[in-house]
Amino acid sequence: MSNLAVLPIVIPLIAGVLAILFHKKLKIVRVYSQVLTLINTGVVTYILFYVHQNGSVVLQAGDWMAPFGIVLVADMLSMTLVLTTNIVALACIFYAPKSLSIKQEEFYFYTFYFLLITGVSGAFITGDLFNLFVFFEVLLMASYGLIVLGGEKVQLRESMKYVLINLFSSMLFVTTIAFLYSVVGTVNMAQIAERVGEAEQTGILTTIGILFFFVFGTKAALFPLYYWLPKPYIAPNPVISALFGALLTKVGIYSLLRVFSLIFVYERDVTHELFIWIAALTLIFGSIGALSTNNIKLVVAYNIIPAVGFMLLGIGVYNSTGFSGTVYYLVHDMIIKAALFLLVGAITYLVGTSDLRKMRGLIHHYPLLGWMFFISAFVLAGIPPFSGFIGKLVLLQGAIEADRIVIAIIGLGSSLLILLSVLRIFIRGFWGEKDESIIPDRKAARGFILPVAFLLFFSVLLGVGAEWFYPSIESIGDYLMNPENYIESILKE
Amino acid sequence: MVRTNDLILKTMTVLIAFILFGFAVNLFFAGHNEPGGGFIGGLMTAAAIVLMYMAYGEKVVNKVLPFNYRTLTAIGLIIAIATGVGSLLFGQPFLSQTFDYFHVPVFGEVELATALLFDLGVYLTVIGVTMTIVLTISSDR
Repeated sequence: MSNLAVLPIVIPLIAGVLAILFHKKLKIVRVYSQVLTLINTGVVTYILFYVHQNGSVVLQAGDWMAPFGIVLVADMLSMTLVLTTNIVALACIFYAPKSLSIKQEEFYFYTFYFLLITGVSGAFITGDLFNLFVFFEVLLMASYGLIVLGGEKVQLRESMKYVLINLFSSMLFVTTIAFLYSVVGTVNMAQIAERVGEAEQTGILTTIGILFFFVFGTKAALFPLYYWLPKPYIAPNPVISALFGALLTKVGIYSLLRVFSLIFVYERDVTHELFIWIAALTLIFGSIGALSTNNIKLVVAYNIIPAVGFMLLGIGVYNSTGFSGTVYYLVHDMIIKAALFLLVGAITYLVGTSDLRKMRGLIHHYPLLGWMFFISAFVLAGIPPFSGFIGKLVLLQGAIEADRIVIAIIGLGSSLLILLSVLRIFIRGFWGEKDESIIPDRKAARGFILPVAFLLFFSVLLGVGAEWFYPSIESIGDYLMNPENYIESILKE
Repeated sequence: MVRTNDLILKTMTVLIAFILFGFAVNLFFAGHNEPGGGFIGGLMTAAAIVLMYMAYGEKVVNKVLPFNYRTLTAIGLIIAIATGVGSLLFGQPFLSQTFDYFHVPVFGEVELATALLFDLGVYLTVIGVTMTIVLTISSDR
């Protein structure tokens, strides 16, 4: 049964490789990708159920004992995130044929898409730091391919920035792993955690911890390191932006969550104190950025940044409530960011511009789209009963438990700014007089609505049905507070 | 363009490419106990093919080696994944490998491991990727 842990990685990998063979036969490759994503989602759901019933599944690849071989760890945290990834992927794969041009689809879109899912799932599941790096590269390589897919001028310019910054941070990642390896002599996360604990995290280890923070902070777009994010994210096709916005930064946050709940937990007044401040600055600058522009795509892209700030806040306060808040917010944010990117992409496609000043009265033409945008704006800002509310509530509760009142107030204030930034789109774009010059393309709109409705369904379910999900998420929080469980499940001695 | 007569280059290429192929296969099989393996073997093979392209031009080599290198990449990846997934069929953890001794007519007793199949996947993938890169750039006008 331990092989269950590898299925979420291997299924999309095989699917992506096979898609190379018939990339020009669009009808087949579309159905094939949709079916395989469905199968993968089914398998992942089963694994999550299995892990929920029987505890984490640890796979020692190639039957090599834990610290010597690569371990894949499917615990509740990673499987929850993999399932969320697959839900987002499912919406995107049904949205893709409507939004991509035929040429883009023919040029290996589905292969890149599957490899992106492979990389993200792998990064969530792996229990080995160098393997984490490799999966980061898998997902980044796929994202490089996706970001230039189409080859427009703006894509070439933005992908250049994107590739450069990510290459640099990957280089730093390898260097940092090399440092850590020279100190503790292993790359297995459980064993690193054990050895760092034995050494009680002396000076050099804290330094390495901060270096890791910079690496993952660049990937996750935290305060001083987010400058690269907004523009490259809006350059490609909306469905690709949705995949990026929902998945890529969240892998960075997940890595921070793992590394700073498992390994570097002994010098908290240096590392975790830093997180609180960075989180505050990320919240402030991200939400200001979201207000600064009239480009609706850019508004959504900027909104990634305060969300990442919220999650970092949960890691920084370092208590069980904070961790559960981070996990809940992570799941909520992956879904709603994908929904928002898809919605904004649909609006841009239907209106023909992403400039807010050039659109008005869209609700007369596309009522359903308008109300869906309204709901997702509320979900994002955290209005009860939607999922954003529960996530933020738990996070702020965690902050108050840790006596961090200032950060809680900053979080509340930035929520207001976030609400303002998305409602601006609704008020200016959807309200107002009917623009008679637009001929509504209802058929296209219907195609866009279904995947977004699918995501919003989960978003609302997550909020309304919080009672069902919260106990599991709370247990993940407790699990993260006690890293011994993780270490023992891997290094069985 | 003036048509030059590359008699020396072409004649030597036949010889050198042959030696290169042989050396690549040697490196590929040496991987288990000596320096070598799928990656370097694949690169060496790709180097031999590139040499043939340089000496004889696209048309001739395309006729001699009618491969679609993107498909070759896919096949290599499938072989590599299949060796990992194969262990699932026998109820072993992913990527487990096994080996056994076989009696081969010319070489006598030989140790054959499934790691070799994985290496074969790497070998084909490396050739496929390298040749795709080289040919895409060279045919770009």
